[in-house]
Amino acid sequence: MVEITDVVCSLCGCVCDDIVLEVENNQVTKIKRGACSVGKSKLLGHERIKSPMIRENGELKECSYDEAIKKAAEILYKSRRPLLYGWSSTVCEADSAGIELAEDIGGVVDNTATVCHGPSVLAIQDVGIPSCTLGEIKNRADLIIYWGANPAQAHANHMKRYSYVSKGYWTAEGKKGKKLVVVDVRKTMTSKMADVFIQVEQGKDYQVFSALRAILRGHEDVVPDKVAGVPKAQLLEVANMVKEAKFGITFFGMGVTQAGARHNNIVNAIQFTRAAHLHGKWSIMPMRGHYNVTGFNQVCTWQTGFPFSVDLSRGYAWYNPGETSSTDLLYREDCDAALIIASDPGAHFPGAALRHLAKIPVIQIDPYANPTTEFADVVIPAAISGIECEGGVYRMDNIPIRLRKILDTDYYVPDEEIVERIHAEVRALREKEGE
Amino acid sequence: MADGELLIRNGVVYDPINGVKGEKKDICIRDGKIVESVTNPKVIDAEGRVVMPGGVDIHSHIAGGKVNSGRLMRPEDGRKGLEAKTSVCRLQSGYSVPNTFATGYRYAKMGYTFVMEAAMPPLAARHTHEEMIDIPILDNAALPLIDNNWMTMEYVKSGDMDLLAAYVAWIIKATKGFGVKIVNPGGTEAWAWGKNCDLNDSVPYFDVTPAEIIKGLAEANEKFEMPHSIHVHTNMLGHPGNFEVTKDTYDLVKGVKPSKDRQVMHTTHTQFHSYGGTNWGDFESKADAIAGYINQNDHATIDIGSIILGDTTTMTADGPMEYSLYQITGRKWTNLDVELETGSGITPFLYSGKSPVNTIQWAIGQELALLVKDPWKIALTTDHPNAGPFIGYPIIISMLMSKKRRDESAEDMHKVIFDRAELPSIDREYDLNEIAIITRGMTAKALGLHEHGKGHLGVGADADVAIYDMSPEERDAGKIQKAFLNTKYTIKAGEIVVKDGEVVATPPGRTIFVTPECDQKLTDEMLVTLKDKFDKYYSVTFNNYPVQDAYLPNPYEIKAPMRG
Repeated sequence: MVEITDVVCSLCGCVCDDIVLEVENNQVTKIKRGACSVGKSKLLGHERIKSPMIRENGELKECSYDEAIKKAAEILYKSRRPLLYGWSSTVCEADSAGIELAEDIGGVVDNTATVCHGPSVLAIQDVGIPSCTLGEIKNRADLIIYWGANPAQAHANHMKRYSYVSKGYWTAEGKKGKKLVVVDVRKTMTSKMADVFIQVEQGKDYQVFSALRAILRGHEDVVPDKVAGVPKAQLLEVANMVKEAKFGITFFGMGVTQAGARHNNIVNAIQFTRAAHLHGKWSIMPMRGHYNVTGFNQVCTWQTGFPFSVDLSRGYAWYNPGETSSTDLLYREDCDAALIIASDPGAHFPGAALRHLAKIPVIQIDPYANPTTEFADVVIPAAISGIECEGGVYRMDNIPIRLRKILDTDYYVPDEEIVERIHAEVRALREKEGE
Repeated sequence: MADGELLIRNGVVYDPINGVKGEKKDICIRDGKIVESVTNPKVIDAEGRVVMPGGVDIHSHIAGGKVNSGRLMRPEDGRKGLEAKTSVCRLQSGYSVPNTFATGYRYAKMGYTFVMEAAMPPLAARHTHEEMIDIPILDNAALPLIDNNWMTMEYVKSGDMDLLAAYVAWIIKATKGFGVKIVNPGGTEAWAWGKNCDLNDSVPYFDVTPAEIIKGLAEANEKFEMPHSIHVHTNMLGHPGNFEVTKDTYDLVKGVKPSKDRQVMHTTHTQFHSYGGTNWGDFESKADAIAGYINQNDHATIDIGSIILGDTTTMTADGPMEYSLYQITGRKWTNLDVELETGSGITPFLYSGKSPVNTIQWAIGQELALLVKDPWKIALTTDHPNAGPFIGYPIIISMLMSKKRRDESAEDMHKVIFDRAELPSIDREYDLNEIAIITRGMTAKALGLHEHGKGHLGVGADADVAIYDMSPEERDAGKIQKAFLNTKYTIKAGEIVVKDGEVVATPPGRTIFVTPECDQKLTDEMLVTLKDKFDKYYSVTFNNYPVQDAYLPNPYEIKAPMRG
């Protein structure tokens, strides 16, 4: 038995890096400290894809890595408009290899942000974003707002490590010296802990942000008695808490990005933060989901200039979300093959997009089977990043952390290597054609 | 590094570190280094053309969190520089915030082969290194921000200078950094509460002053044989009347003895720190006062941070300054405060020749270059992208070399240039030897890189060479600008990477990092305090913090022994 410390969790955007666990016979046998229940489940291991597979006559048949990689390369090589989607539950090195492949074959490269915090990115491109690292919140924040987010269930360690329950330099008493406000359309496990819970009508967050902005900028007279189901008295109460806070933070989730006014919600949330900043120090941060969804956006930005939904068919980067985002391409039946890696559009894309995805050849790279496997034509199992291989990731606050390798695998291949081997096969096919 | 031999024949060579001022001379190259002679070389005919060592940029923001936040925030800037991939090059994007590939190609086309990333937040150091891996061709290094750091401020307050040195050594090693960067010391920590600090203000909760931080870090730096001095962005950047703060900052370290034959302080983008007046209405140039100080003293060097007119993306660890700028323009604004260490802000800005303030700023950068008499004390920068993108360097070179061009340009600027700036009355014109000094000789020396093969063409130096398609007699400013934008040849480590203004090869660059060698006993004592900081206040663990070797695929280490 070996005890390993400082293990980094490759599950959600919290990227907890203080996990202590025990390994025996190349298996994680015990999580001693640090991981939440969901993280534990991943670290302890569960059912995964056992072998590469190619679909023949409707059935997935097991094959070798070489065969699957060759088949994947043939699909991409033949494709006139390939989509390379996912990239959020893998490491930056794999993302980098994927962007290089997409550039070479003239594909569209996109990550899960497109159906998640993509609207947040569009808002940042509109107005910027005042933010900070999670440690700043741990050490300084005396008012925390979770808006359209339920960390108690979705980011289970978030409050303990970084925000409401954590202890830091000016927050030595933990939650005793802090206030928590939760805004959501329904009661949640998080809202039960809140000092103030604002229940907003579905899809009307925009109005509530506007009302708070108005109050913070000294125009409470224009706010009606009720805004999106929220009494004015409660808005005044929260605005007062904001005014009195020395260091405040708004964390927002997909309850805001994917509802009602979408990216305009986030523009308004950021403008609310700026209004709050007139009274104290205020920041705002998206609650990113996958452990490296932020990292793909980083790599794609420094390599292509743009964070997601990048069409490389012209040889240069063409970024036009709405046209070049995965779901829009699929709605228009505009792509003729797809490589899906480290994500599950089968579970998360809208039906109309999935209908086209199910029709075209799909390559899936993932450690685990998921609904996307049901229609994938080539399935390539990957080593689990953060368990069987190392690599760089970016936490939700854009802090880069390196995943550690804690178990050996003599069979599974890391994402990066799979993508590079597919790329090498594509080049070989091209050379052969050229002869 | 290229195998084999190369002979650059009959070029007119400017190699100021070796005292070569425009001599017709052959340059011999073997296995990536300059050598005495070659036997069977590939020959490049440089007959009548200007030959210089590869350019060395002392201060530029090319990689890391805030550069990428700038790219992400500004797709409109990305679209300005779109170029398709070629058989040699990856795709390119961006103007003021180019993608990593374009950064390497465009610098190489200007004849540059080394660039210093000027601000690396330690906690996000991996990010800076990851981007530097993706910048082709250029050798690089990065300066970690160590001044708004809680460890630093606590040791400065307690006066434990040896422990401060131990911490400085540790963090430079942990981040695979190059030296000590200081940006608005104390002010960025104050900004975590929405405030700012002047040079002698007390930093909230820490009970130290920016002046004490600067002096303490200068002393800590000189406890090691560091190649570079402290590298300082002084307090009150961009404020009218700040030239007094700048001069006071120089005075702070006057008595500090350098551990090597160099300055004890390099202050950067000095244009932003040479302002007179009391508000934007009576704003005026004080470049003469700053240049006067530099002329009279030998302990400080500066780079100019000259303005390039047009739209750019400003970014700095000086969080409060970016907030002030955003309040003036009302444009987009991004901020990222970093726990226990530093912060950053980003906002776009348009420098317009119609604006009186921008006109005076534009004049100041050039005035500094023209009024500082000894070019070994001054470097050409635009604080890329803050005063303008690096691809504007050739414009500044042509201005410095041509009084005629400056006069013509002044006619197009706001008339305030004739009342509140000195530029129109300055006759000095740079010659090519002086240009070579402020773009490679001085910068290599100030960084201590001349001892590691950079910035000169002596035997044993790196075979980094720029051949400009111009005659040394050229006086036409337009032709000078064109020649400095796209070289005839750029050679990096003996390999031709640019030919006739096109990138023809993209070898990876090396990352140069410094290892200050601190006494183990001191280090152990310091680590007790540091580990407590990690246990209680950081959001990552002590063991996950240092930059792993995987982030430096092509490392070059400089050891800095501790002085006895």
